[in-house]
Amino acid sequence: MKLSELPAGASAIIREFPKSGSAFLRLREMGLIAGTQVTLIRTAPLGDPLEIKLRGYHLTLRKSEAEHVVVERLAT
Amino acid sequence: MSSVAPHISRTAIPASPGNTRQPIYALVGNPNCGKSTLFNALTGMKQKVGNYPGVTVEKRVGTAYSQHGQQMTVIDLPGAYSLAARSPDEAVTRDVLLGRRADTQMPDRILCIVDATNLERNLYLLHQILDLGRPVIVVLNMMDLAAAAGLDIRVARLEHELGIPVIACEAVNGRGVIELKVAMSRTDLPLSRHAWDIPAPIAPAVAELQASLIANDRKPPLIARAEALLLLTDQDSLRVAGSTPLSNQTHEILRGWQERWEADGTDWAGTLVNSRYDVIGRIAHDVALRRGTVGPSTSDKIDAYATHPVWGWLTLGAIMTLLFFSIFTLAEYPMNFIDGQMAALADWVKARMAAGDLRDLITDGAIAGVGGVIIFLPQILILFFFIGLLESTGYMARAAFIMDRLMSRVGLNGKSFIPLLSSYACAIPGIMATRTIEDHKDRLVTILVAPLMSCSARLPVYLLMIAALVPGDRVPIMTKVGIMLLMYALGTLGAFGFAWLFKRTLLKGAPPVMIMELPPYRLPGIKDVVLHMLERAWIFLRRAGTVILGISIVLWFLSAYPKAPDGMNEQQQLAQSFAGMAGHALEPAIKPLGFDWQIGIGLISSFAAREVFVSTMGVVFNVEGDGEDTTPLRQALLEARWPDGAPLFTPLVCFTLMVFYVFAMQCISTIAVVKRETNSWRWPMFQLAYMTGTAWILSFIVYQTGRALGY
Repeated sequence: MKLSELPAGASAIIREFPKSGSAFLRLREMGLIAGTQVTLIRTAPLGDPLEIKLRGYHLTLRKSEAEHVVVERLAT
Repeated sequence: MSSVAPHISRTAIPASPGNTRQPIYALVGNPNCGKSTLFNALTGMKQKVGNYPGVTVEKRVGTAYSQHGQQMTVIDLPGAYSLAARSPDEAVTRDVLLGRRADTQMPDRILCIVDATNLERNLYLLHQILDLGRPVIVVLNMMDLAAAAGLDIRVARLEHELGIPVIACEAVNGRGVIELKVAMSRTDLPLSRHAWDIPAPIAPAVAELQASLIANDRKPPLIARAEALLLLTDQDSLRVAGSTPLSNQTHEILRGWQERWEADGTDWAGTLVNSRYDVIGRIAHDVALRRGTVGPSTSDKIDAYATHPVWGWLTLGAIMTLLFFSIFTLAEYPMNFIDGQMAALADWVKARMAAGDLRDLITDGAIAGVGGVIIFLPQILILFFFIGLLESTGYMARAAFIMDRLMSRVGLNGKSFIPLLSSYACAIPGIMATRTIEDHKDRLVTILVAPLMSCSARLPVYLLMIAALVPGDRVPIMTKVGIMLLMYALGTLGAFGFAWLFKRTLLKGAPPVMIMELPPYRLPGIKDVVLHMLERAWIFLRRAGTVILGISIVLWFLSAYPKAPDGMNEQQQLAQSFAGMAGHALEPAIKPLGFDWQIGIGLISSFAAREVFVSTMGVVFNVEGDGEDTTPLRQALLEARWPDGAPLFTPLVCFTLMVFYVFAMQCISTIAVVKRETNSWRWPMFQLAYMTGTAWILSFIVYQTGRALGY
């Protein structure tokens, strides 16, 4: 599934991550790479952007980026 | 093929007694890692703040003293997540570290601040820094918060892994600063013995690029290696090269490898980043031990409310109301005080000097000009105190998170929200607050539209015009409030409309992103907040103040010369002055808007500041009064006539004039600040042209439509 489809509170492992694009390079350098565990904390009050937790910190990204990231949801 | 290890060709630069030059330390770290606090703790008040030439990035340099009393230079580099820079700030950090900036000496040693609560991502930057092959001291900051979060950080283990000094620190309360200074005083700092194996598919490319960078671009070997790695991390070689373009040979080699990899599907940038995180993951696993499971942190609990669909808006609304309220009400007292003191000073000079041009220059030019500059200080101080608080507590990021969706409608992101909101009080601090926006184009668009938000200086003009528009007290107060709100709405719509337009045309950029860290909430460091606030105020006084003062004197000259023959009053003097002549000259251009030359004088003089329009009208229509009570002025306006006897200030003209003030860039102070913040005259001039142009066109439409409808 896509990172943008993850419900709030659910955790997942990043499986596929876009290879190019300025935004994705930055996300990658901030630790969002294949194999990383992320938790979707919440979406902003107006539905975008998303707040995720990874490697012990909180990060925001817009749905337009998150929908290019393929994740595997972890059973809770 | 193996690449050159980071430490063979260079030894530590000794800061030995024989070496007379003081060692230069660079302070680097991720944003939100407590870098500024540590810089303040190391250097105290001994710091200089300026700008890196050519870019609007703050340059902070301070002096620290070693244990032996030796001076050490400390450069506080802008916070960065990676040396593969994405923003002007990060580019400065990269360029200084790589010795690319002619205006800043390459640092001998590097202090890398690592947030202990967020080890992995912080170690990523450190890992890149180690590639530079210079002595590095790691400062593990926020050890107290790490402990509170249930993390047991093994400092000795990290020191052992990296082979360089690691200092545990709590910059907020000064713990660890002495130990850090002891480490900084060492003459022999070891180089990291951390060996990093560049992934096999990439290694030959790194070696080849490094060789070419040494041979063709004349880079020192270690810098060449770090540059080669950056070229392969970022896919945009132009961005990496910045102002130092690559030689053709190096460029060809890079292109060759990229084509080869693209053909066989190698994700080279990803491989590099992944392999760094592999190493980091292993180190972090050994160094940071988690003690059991901890429930949601305080930060998580606060956020459950602060970003809640209902409570979040209420919180944001409450904080913004408080911010606004303080700017408007708290600033009023010091502003009145400054006003009073300046008037008293002018009177004092008038009482002691013989009447004459020199006295007028001092009182009406210089003192009025200085007053016009420092009158802004209370608002700037209050706003930056608040912004400092919001930033250091971490709420600023939440406000941007909540507002992002709305701002994205016009192509901006959430970070433009606070600067635009602040501009309702005054565009000057609003524009100065745009430095938190990383994207250059987004920042420029925000600066360009910020003065369209109706600032407090427009209020006196609106009030006077509304008073003239709906005379008497027969009209319900709500009509007046309604007209006022309409003006605010017009300005806001204009700001968003133009932002949308600029993002689509002039400053078209990559689709905006909102990649932003939400740092944990922290208690604000009041000392750092106050220091930051004073710094902003000083920058405003020094840079914008001089321009404002100069133009105020010019405007005074225009209204005081040529001298009228004796016996003429102020009104007649102004009418025949250069400003009066300009008003006459301007009349053909503003007549289609329903304005005559007398209003023209008001427009010209209120270029100093919008509220000056009111006092100028007082002089033009020869109204005695202290300006507090506008009733006599209102009467005078209503009696004003065109030469043919038609009333000048018809309701339609009053309304048109308000529309004009909503859009026109009638503020030299803003122009001076925009010049400073954009580093050129091009943008303030463009802003002046587009805003005044829009003001004219809209006023024309309003006036002519109104006329056609019979008003």
